[in-house]
Amino acid sequence: MIDRLWRLGSGMRLFMLIIVSSGESFRRLHLTIREIYFTGVLSMQIILVSGFFVGMVLALQMFYVLRQFGSPDYTGVVLALSIIRELGPVVTALLFAGRAGTAITAEIGLMKANEELSAMEMMAVSPIARVVAPRFWAGVISMPILAVMFSMVGILGGYLVAVPMLGVDDGAFWSQMQAQVDFRFDILNSVIKSLVFGVACTMIALFEGFDAPPTAEGVSYATTRTVVTSSLAILGLDFILTSLMLTV
Amino acid sequence: MERKAIDLWVGIFVVLGVAALFGLAMKAGNLTSNNLGDTYTLTAAFENIGGLKRNAPVKSAGVVIGRVDNIKFDPTTYEAVVALKIDKRFQFSKDTNASILTAGLLGEQYLGIETGGESVNLKDGDKISHTQDAMVLEKLISKFMFNKASEGTGDGKTTTESEPKAKSRL
Repeated sequence: MIDRLWRLGSGMRLFMLIIVSSGESFRRLHLTIREIYFTGVLSMQIILVSGFFVGMVLALQMFYVLRQFGSPDYTGVVLALSIIRELGPVVTALLFAGRAGTAITAEIGLMKANEELSAMEMMAVSPIARVVAPRFWAGVISMPILAVMFSMVGILGGYLVAVPMLGVDDGAFWSQMQAQVDFRFDILNSVIKSLVFGVACTMIALFEGFDAPPTAEGVSYATTRTVVTSSLAILGLDFILTSLMLTV
Repeated sequence: MERKAIDLWVGIFVVLGVAALFGLAMKAGNLTSNNLGDTYTLTAAFENIGGLKRNAPVKSAGVVIGRVDNIKFDPTTYEAVVALKIDKRFQFSKDTNASILTAGLLGEQYLGIETGGESVNLKDGDKISHTQDAMVLEKLISKFMFNKASEGTGDGKTTTESEPKAKSRL
């Protein structure tokens, strides 16, 4: 228990250090851009494909339930609201933790095990500004972009199932959706959610990597912890954020 | 500055992200339907607005011609004053009737406007004088119950006895 508090405290210290050294790492922007490529662009494949399938399955399920109430036209609304409000940010963040978070932890853990980080410090290069801060900002920038893509692709996938396959009316599908989905309360809140998840996920991955014991076993253990801690943090934060957003 | 393939990919990534957000806003969201262009404001007072909310549609003959701008409570008349933003292209006569209606049985509430016969049109800032309140289900049911109860009074003694009891309970 007391160990957890220690780790939480040093995690916060790492966060502060990242914020402080951000200016330095932004001056060499190509570092951040390189990391956006590795965390964001390379995660696109898994995010787009899973978004497509999530949308299709959701449309299928919703259609058969809503048909019992005689309102299959509402498929579009339920699909869009559940994807934009919940599934988009949450599933993206979970996949991101598995795809990019583990990579960050393993990379930094191995750098530490190979004493690359201490070598940098010896050369008066701050490893926080050179290695950690670009990865942090890359994660924070990539996450909302990926989540928005997930939502868009999910709705398209749901459309393909609902309209051509199941015979929901094309006009009703979109117009019901447009009547119910609010830009400010649904779409912007979804972006805010994914920003928060981006900060949490990347921070956990970075800290676990930084904190990993410098052995092969230690790095593998830290990678596992990244996935477990990020998933729990995402789901817990999602509840808090949703309850805040729905009451306001 | 040296150009790298990675930069191009990140550029594509960001553009796709912005495009997706734009697509969501336009295709799934209500950003387009909120834009009315030039509008003018009318007000209408109601004794009860039911579940009418800001941004609810204002319809005439079922077509959206404006939005509810804001809803205030007037402490002097004890009425709800609703401000409406109406598209400039549509003009309504002085004796226009505004009523709060419900889309379907359980749908959202909207404001219906029916134009009257007068030749003078409403101007910006004018007040719609003929209004009809929202239908409140509880009131409707209680009205129905009272009608049923009073129908029963003509029939026989037993029901006439039960009626004062029902009243005293209320």
